[in-house]
Amino acid sequence: MGLKTPLYDTHVQQGAKIVDFGGWDMPLHYGSQIEEHHAVRRDAGMFDVSHMCIVDLSGGRVREFLRLLLANDVDRLKSFGKALYSCMLLPGGGVIDDLIVYYMSDTWYRMVVNAGTRDKDLAWIHKHAGDFDVTVAPRKDLAMIAVQGPNARRKTAALLPPPQQVAVLELKPFFGAPFGSWFVARTGYTGEDGFEIMLPAAEAADAWGRLLQQGVKPAGLGARDTLRLEAGMNLYGNDMDENFHPLESGLGWTVAFEPKDRDFIGREALERAQRESGRELVGLLLEDRGVLRSHQKVLSAGATTAGLSGEVTSGTFSPTLNRSIALARVPKTSQPAVQVDIRGKLHAARIVKPPFVRHGKALIDIS
Amino acid sequence: MSDNIPSDLKYTKSHEWVRQAQNGTIEIGITDHAQSALGDLVFVEVPDVGRALKAGEACAVVESVKAASDVYSPLAGKVVAHNEALAGKPELLNEDPYGAGWLFRLETAASADAASLMTAGAYETFLAEESK
Repeated sequence: MGLKTPLYDTHVQQGAKIVDFGGWDMPLHYGSQIEEHHAVRRDAGMFDVSHMCIVDLSGGRVREFLRLLLANDVDRLKSFGKALYSCMLLPGGGVIDDLIVYYMSDTWYRMVVNAGTRDKDLAWIHKHAGDFDVTVAPRKDLAMIAVQGPNARRKTAALLPPPQQVAVLELKPFFGAPFGSWFVARTGYTGEDGFEIMLPAAEAADAWGRLLQQGVKPAGLGARDTLRLEAGMNLYGNDMDENFHPLESGLGWTVAFEPKDRDFIGREALERAQRESGRELVGLLLEDRGVLRSHQKVLSAGATTAGLSGEVTSGTFSPTLNRSIALARVPKTSQPAVQVDIRGKLHAARIVKPPFVRHGKALIDIS
Repeated sequence: MSDNIPSDLKYTKSHEWVRQAQNGTIEIGITDHAQSALGDLVFVEVPDVGRALKAGEACAVVESVKAASDVYSPLAGKVVAHNEALAGKPELLNEDPYGAGWLFRLETAASADAASLMTAGAYETFLAEESK
């Protein structure tokens, strides 16, 4: 028996296939993973993401603390409600976790971290928070529902009283705001427009039911994975972990090297890494039939297994492209034409620049 | 959820079904239980015609969005046909696992009555045991 979110019984009633995910009993799908994927690309789907850990950080020196703790710079947050994606690094540059941090007030920031890394994240945050008199409060009392798709915002707004409907629809991308007991943010993990709603656990089942009435389709972790991979978004534990630094994980854009006088944990290691050629995370499109999977070996075209070079970090079948796609870590000098070892046979693949799909449209040439 | 287990077929512990065809060959596929457990299938690799298979040999691959699984030949024999339609429409395996979703046919000295195979009743009991 694993941990259960406030929506567990709802999922079971709706016919979900339940699987273990980092110690949590979570819905994999409610019948067809591919139909759920298409619902998000074409209309609106909803995911229970209550297993993720919401943690509130408060105190007079909380900004100063986060400027040390995170590789991205919270000084970039100029307006209340604005969100920032960042890595939290070890001194050696390895990624402890990736997260979103919201600027709630000058003495209050809210972070959302991964479920599987919750304990080590909190231990790490606590270890450094003491020096800044920052209070660390995990919000187990909150549930979280992600509503995603071209019609997701409109269908979510319908749940709110009319004056709030206008305001929620005016939220700009990567901004959140309180609406009664809810905190609604225009963020997500699918490459579609939509909201993530943080709300009291006791209200979650009711909100889920009302979204269902609006025609929002329940979607499981299976669709969440194919959607995020099409959107070229990393998954912690697959595409990044403590063994690799952000520059090897396609996350260089999330590291704020400027201003130069800001010290953050991992800075020195990353400055060293910047000077090395090293490896990078790229997108792969399989030219042959078959399915790319994590840990498959990537070779340069014409090479034999002796010329081993890279590895698939996440692979799947893309329902939108009807082809197999992947993220892979390869040497920076790799040519676009590569081969992937799938069960002992070499298959042709091409290095492409993610995202593969954004807002319902293919962004790479699959001909 | 109850699985569809036709009584005129034979079954293996690795969830293949076997049908005795009229011309002395046997037809092989995966069970309704197997396709349901795998989820939406997106890729199927079937053995080449002419390939000689040993009983229990991994000879086909079915991949869902989730994972790849091997299919094992229930009996020894030579592949005389495979289902070409699956290359373009792997979802046939989800929609009709005992019909349009068949995988391959074997010419074999053995018969579908081989002692190594289970009846529908025995397979049903096996599934019940496995899910305990």
